[in-house]
Amino acid sequence: MILNEELLAVQRGEQGEAMRKVLNTLVMYGEAFGAERMVKITGRMGHAVIGTGSMTWKPVFDLMEELIEGGALPRQSFTTDPRGVEPHVPMSLMDRAMFKLIFSGQKRMEKEWERMGIKDSNAYTCTSYMEEVGNIPEYGDILGWAESSAVSYANSVIGARCNRNSGILELMSNILGYVPEFGLLTDEGRKADWIIEVRCEKRPEPQLLGSAIGFKCVEDVPFIRGLDKWIGTELTQDAKDYLKDMGAAAASNGSVGLYHVENLTPEAVRHATADGGNALIKEDAKVFVIDDAEIARVKASYPNPWEEREAAGSGKKEKNGGAPELAFAGCPHFSCAQLLDWTERLSEGLKRHGNGKVTVNTIFCAAPDVRAAFEDKYPGQARRLREMGVTVSGLCPLSYTSNPLTDKIRIITASNKLRYYSKARFFSEEELVEIITGGWNETWERGGAAR
Amino acid sequence: MIRKYKGRVVVPGDVTADALVTHAGFNTLASLKTAGSFLNPKGVIQDMNNPELYKKLMPGKALCLPETIGSTTGGMVLYCASVMGVGPACMLFSKKADTLAVAGAVLTANWSEHPIVLVDDLGEDFLKEVQEGQRIHVKEDGTVLVESEDTFDAAPAAEA
Repeated sequence: MILNEELLAVQRGEQGEAMRKVLNTLVMYGEAFGAERMVKITGRMGHAVIGTGSMTWKPVFDLMEELIEGGALPRQSFTTDPRGVEPHVPMSLMDRAMFKLIFSGQKRMEKEWERMGIKDSNAYTCTSYMEEVGNIPEYGDILGWAESSAVSYANSVIGARCNRNSGILELMSNILGYVPEFGLLTDEGRKADWIIEVRCEKRPEPQLLGSAIGFKCVEDVPFIRGLDKWIGTELTQDAKDYLKDMGAAAASNGSVGLYHVENLTPEAVRHATADGGNALIKEDAKVFVIDDAEIARVKASYPNPWEEREAAGSGKKEKNGGAPELAFAGCPHFSCAQLLDWTERLSEGLKRHGNGKVTVNTIFCAAPDVRAAFEDKYPGQARRLREMGVTVSGLCPLSYTSNPLTDKIRIITASNKLRYYSKARFFSEEELVEIITGGWNETWERGGAAR
Repeated sequence: MIRKYKGRVVVPGDVTADALVTHAGFNTLASLKTAGSFLNPKGVIQDMNNPELYKKLMPGKALCLPETIGSTTGGMVLYCASVMGVGPACMLFSKKADTLAVAGAVLTANWSEHPIVLVDDLGEDFLKEVQEGQRIHVKEDGTVLVESEDTFDAAPAAEA
């Protein structure tokens, strides 16, 4: 790799040993992918993936301390992923004690982030690109971000350029101010290997469509056709929220870091050709059709995580009829518009079923700044949610479920990402609303209508 | 019988270890998120979406795989697992390794005393032929030697 004068000085150790090691790490990383140079990060802020002080990540916090002590600090402010638990989320004393133990590195980590220049104490969210949070890159910006769903969103919906950087590597990139140039940072790396033809007869749920794309494309770049029929040709908040959820799912079942949507995402629009084609599609791109049957197949392929526990004889099912005890929505974190939409959906559902409150303890997850804006701008709806028994929290449900005590709780979710990383059981959004507002029955036990 | 493969070296090293094989993408976070802590001190693989690996032990294994998938915590999870003594001895990819796996191996090479050796681009035949429990020798130059059971009394990978 050819380094410029500034980086050669770092390599000679002129900025200290920690900086030299940071550079060497990034050079070794880039050379593995054939990078010939480092390019400057142009994004205004960074985004990191470490928001939970999990005890398992002690080596990371030790490394962060080594960097701080060595004077290797980020050149720009940054946001980071959500915390694993928040004080206002209801839990038992035993749960609280276990969380304290599991997230025993939380205070240390937050102190280290402060010393490194994190934006503020509300900067803990996986959706830092929400207007209320304000970490919104520009089209074409070079980023050194991590967090699979945020990288996917920045690349695809905004048109910034970012590889799927790992935790720690994203921090080191922001410390150096440079990233190795390869993959999704290059024009060639942003071309599509797959054409995904969406031929559904009804609007596919974003998490299921994303899951189907992730299974098929794994790490390749898909060009999605036929989706504009369902979400339009303008990047409205509704379309952005759809893409946020779809991209997160594609990055969980696969490692899709960039997708293009015909007539919608910025690069797809810019590269459309007069003959109806698109210059972003590789000549040898493969074609895969996703229809309603494929969506149903993907949903049916998800394992039922509760079966294992029942087989082990926990006895929980007999005690409460197998009903779920906790429901999560908002993974990735909800936008303000989604909080409003889900408030409406639950209100309608409760009215339809003649219930006053949700039948399952329900947590909606959103960035602390989004939650604050929701309460500020829409006090009526925020109050309505509280009346229905719903908690709005800034926590990360993935991290929350790393507490083994939560394995004993029957959790339901409409998030493919959450169900992948935990023992939460997946239901479609429509089904989740029905369960939360109408209660549990045999249909749900069997897996809902699509099984 | 010994089968020989040649791959590209990302993090070099001489390693001998028993094979642990997945033909699906390895989700690093889902597999190892609690590995090394009191919740999972032995490093048992937790990803129930991957039946080939679920509940098997990771420490010291030659992980044979096509690619890693999922969360961008992947590299740092590998780094943590390695520092805590529950990581794989080496990662052997049939394809080109992805950014998260490379990050993890590169981090261990630069910031820990226990680097994860990483060799990639070993070809589809490698993953078709290698079997769990077979003894694998990895050389500095990216040569991978796989002993089949008729010449080596390899024990199957331990199950938790």
